Amino acid sequence: MASLVPLKEKKLMEVKLGELPSWILMRNFTPSGIVGAFQRGYDRYYNKYINVRKGSISGINMVLAAYVVFSYCISYKELKHERRCKYH
Amino acid sequence: MNENLFASFVTPTMMGLPIVILIIMLPPMLLTSSKRLISNRFHSFQQWLIKLIIKQMMLIHSPKGRTWSLMLVSLIMFIGSTNLLGLLPHTFTPTTQLSTNLCMAIPLWAGAVILGFRHKLKASLAHFLPQGTPISLIPMLIIIETISLFIQPMALAVRLTANITAGHLLIHLIGGATLVLTSISPPTATITFIILALLTILEFAVALIQAYVFTLLVSLYLHDNT
Repeated sequence: MASLVPLKEKKLMEVKLGELPSWILMRNFTPSGIVGAFQRGYDRYYNKYINVRKGSISGINMVLAAYVVFSYCISYKELKHERRCKYH
Repeated sequence: MNENLFASFVTPTMMGLPIVILIIMLPPMLLTSSKRLISNRFHSFQQWLIKLIIKQMMLIHSPKGRTWSLMLVSLIMFIGSTNLLGLLPHTFTPTTQLSTNLCMAIPLWAGAVILGFRHKLKASLAHFLPQGTPISLIPMLIIIETISLFIQPMALAVRLTANITAGHLLIHLIGGATLVLTSISPPTATITFIILALLTILEFAVALIQAYVFTLLVSLYLHDNT
């Protein structure tokens, strides 16, 4: 069954599972495309959580929590040795 | 615990890529800019903070010195936010590295000194000899003043590095001690935990104070030379 809307313009939630690999390959992977993706992501987060009339502290807290988790993943290799076990 | 104590100060890399660049770029991303007169709470809070800093710091300068206000305010915001972010668990603090602090201290100090020598040569040279010194002490005093001038950027950088590094190390050590003591004797662990809580409060203060001191000294050198 051919889709009525061309594949390139669909958003991620509307892409069917079988079309997913071709959809991913069609995305814009040039440097300006990647920068645009980061800019869009930043704008989405900013306008949803921070740029509101009564923004709470959770807007920035989510960013800091993600930063902590990221740093934990980076330093996991050294932290592995600090676990509690009988023989180190 | 032995080699791990300094493992948190290693420059983070992921598969050979220096992520430290991303980590240094994170505090600027948290400081927002806005095209509106009145914007969201987050941005208004930052505006209030920057206004407080500017009023406090740039009042003593002449108009020529006030051209440095952008530089000094960016400096204090960067150092303050970097130090505060470093208090989160498992994070890397760029200001613990002597290289970062030297890169901040030497150009700023050199800029202030060279500015002084270009515009007020006699007054800058006159700083080397305080008023009212006995004539016999003059040669030695000039040498001492020259050494104290050249030690200023080193002192700026090393002060910031040592303070932040020492604070982080103490937190690591006392935290480790608390963990080990819980299985040996809980009352001692409680005391150690209270010490840890007090130390963390101190570290928050130190993070902000060090930023302030760094910027204040740079502005002082600027004031001498403008």
